[in-house]
Amino acid sequence: MLAFVLRRLFQAILVMLVVALVSFSLFRFVGDPISVMVGQEATQEDRERMRQELGLDQPFPVQFAAYVGRIVQGEFGISYRVGRPVIDLILERLPATLELAFCAAIFALVFGVGFGVFTALRRARFSSKAIMTFSLIGVSLPTFLIGIGLIYLFSVELKWLPSFGRGQVTDLGFWTTGFLTLSGLKSMVLPAITLGLFQMTLIMRLVRSEMLEVLRTDYIKFARARGLSDRAVHFGHALKNTLIPVITIMGIKLGSLVAFAIITETVFQWPGVGFLFIASVQSVDIPLMATYLLLVALFFVTINLIVDMLYFIVDPRLKSGVALARH
Amino acid sequence: MRDTPTALPRVSLQQKLFRLWDSDIAYSFRQSPVTMAAGFVVLLILIGAVFAPLLATQNPFDPSGLNLMDGKTAPMAVNEFTQNSYLLGTDDQGRDILSTILYGSRASLLVGFAAVGLAMLIGVTLGLIAGYRGGIVDSIIMRIADIQLTFPSILVAMLIFGVFRGVLPVQSHATLAVPVLILAIGFSDWPQYARTVRGVTMVERNKEYVQAARVIGLAPLTIMIRHVLPNVLGPVLVIGTLGLALAIIAEATLSYLGVGVPPTQPSLGTLIRVGQEYIASGEWWILFFPSLTLLALALSVNLLGDWLRDALNPKLR
Repeated sequence: MLAFVLRRLFQAILVMLVVALVSFSLFRFVGDPISVMVGQEATQEDRERMRQELGLDQPFPVQFAAYVGRIVQGEFGISYRVGRPVIDLILERLPATLELAFCAAIFALVFGVGFGVFTALRRARFSSKAIMTFSLIGVSLPTFLIGIGLIYLFSVELKWLPSFGRGQVTDLGFWTTGFLTLSGLKSMVLPAITLGLFQMTLIMRLVRSEMLEVLRTDYIKFARARGLSDRAVHFGHALKNTLIPVITIMGIKLGSLVAFAIITETVFQWPGVGFLFIASVQSVDIPLMATYLLLVALFFVTINLIVDMLYFIVDPRLKSGVALARH
Repeated sequence: MRDTPTALPRVSLQQKLFRLWDSDIAYSFRQSPVTMAAGFVVLLILIGAVFAPLLATQNPFDPSGLNLMDGKTAPMAVNEFTQNSYLLGTDDQGRDILSTILYGSRASLLVGFAAVGLAMLIGVTLGLIAGYRGGIVDSIIMRIADIQLTFPSILVAMLIFGVFRGVLPVQSHATLAVPVLILAIGFSDWPQYARTVRGVTMVERNKEYVQAARVIGLAPLTIMIRHVLPNVLGPVLVIGTLGLALAIIAEATLSYLGVGVPPTQPSLGTLIRVGQEYIASGEWWILFFPSLTLLALALSVNLLGDWLRDALNPKLR
């Protein structure tokens, strides 16, 4: 187990270093940092002096090492567009994105598993078939079209839910939350569904096919033979074993929730990190783009690590496999 | 086909067509109404896009041909000022929606096909090299692919788009938007092809026909292109078709987000972005028809891809 964890950790650090290299290259080669920082009237000598002060005349590896040193200390540079430290800008908007991703994940998980189990157990029902067809269309529907469709139906026609923004938020000092006010909760509904719908269809299809597979196995037959109720067999035995692949997929897909949050946030003008990122791409705000890249990479790598660890907890066979290998 | 010996009996076009009609793939196509419908939709949009200048009643992006009085005419309704009527209505500038869709699909399909072509070219080349060479070359290529696959491709495409914007001079942003978009989406999608091609190549590499080719002294490049490549084309074609749907959606998404083609030469995504502004004021058709076209296109290409995957898989026959 320890060897496995260490190997994974090493891989994760390697990935982070590569991403840092990419993000450093963005800084170094996209546009000239000196001309961004000094004015038009700066002389050649001024530029040279600045180049030396910033260490830009040093060899590439030295500069890269210095860059890694800075980001480890939390210095990510200053936004070209806004003129404030990018890390502050991102941290200000992080709660909005995390709350959105959290709600979307919960929505995807609850409805995905629910519909998946339902369509597996009641395969012949018309409603199951309707759900399956609907999910097929859902997969080929672009995220932003889903969002626009929901806005049209629930905001424009029915006028039930707001179409943009976060509603009223409560400032807790280090965190702003939309969970404590009614308008905040109402604003969450449509974006969370938009973001979670694709993952939901994915989880649903996965749970359904796994469930159908598991229901055919011998231990389910024996459980039935022991006279256990349908409920105990379905949820106690079958569902438990279905959830292993669901955890993996969910873990991997949690990362894409962050990426698709960019789209959802733009559709609903949600004041999150993704919205900030799109603005930075449009105005070529390199420090922000580079920092976003690093943070997203960190997020992805951490999730992958956690998912790998969860494997061990959920699947006892892996534990014994490693134990056997060690003896 | 240049080096086909002339001594071979020539196959007439008629015979070729008959063979195509009689093949297994064409048979399975004829057996599936859904696939035929999807093929019809794709063909229709393709023809509309290619012949847009001939089919459209106006060039919607030539300001001189527009009449502002025609603006916001509902579909099939008669405009109260000009007495003109448009099948799918007009937008606020008086552009005929049908014409904008024809031109818009053009940009979408151009970017989609070109991006898939680029991703295929990079992916197949690197996959062939990785699979055939093995060793350190293989490790390096595949690690890069792994790292890139950790990130969703749309995010990679956005980053590449942003980098190009930073490198290129500001005045060329609008004119170079389409090539940049193609590069961005193409570069973001190659790892899938590389992975599949590498897997198949590693299997083919050890087969006898490849060993025979090696024994008679053919260069590795020749073996890769003439002998291994034809065997990996099946799976590549399937990924390519499904990838086309993804590329079209990626392009629409990027344009919708405002990091794609400029409004002066819009794609379906840009049209939807513009149409969303009229969602609350009742002009639903400005948004609805471009969305419907995008949806029909993406869904149909997906269905074709699914069909192709099943048709090329002998296990399912």
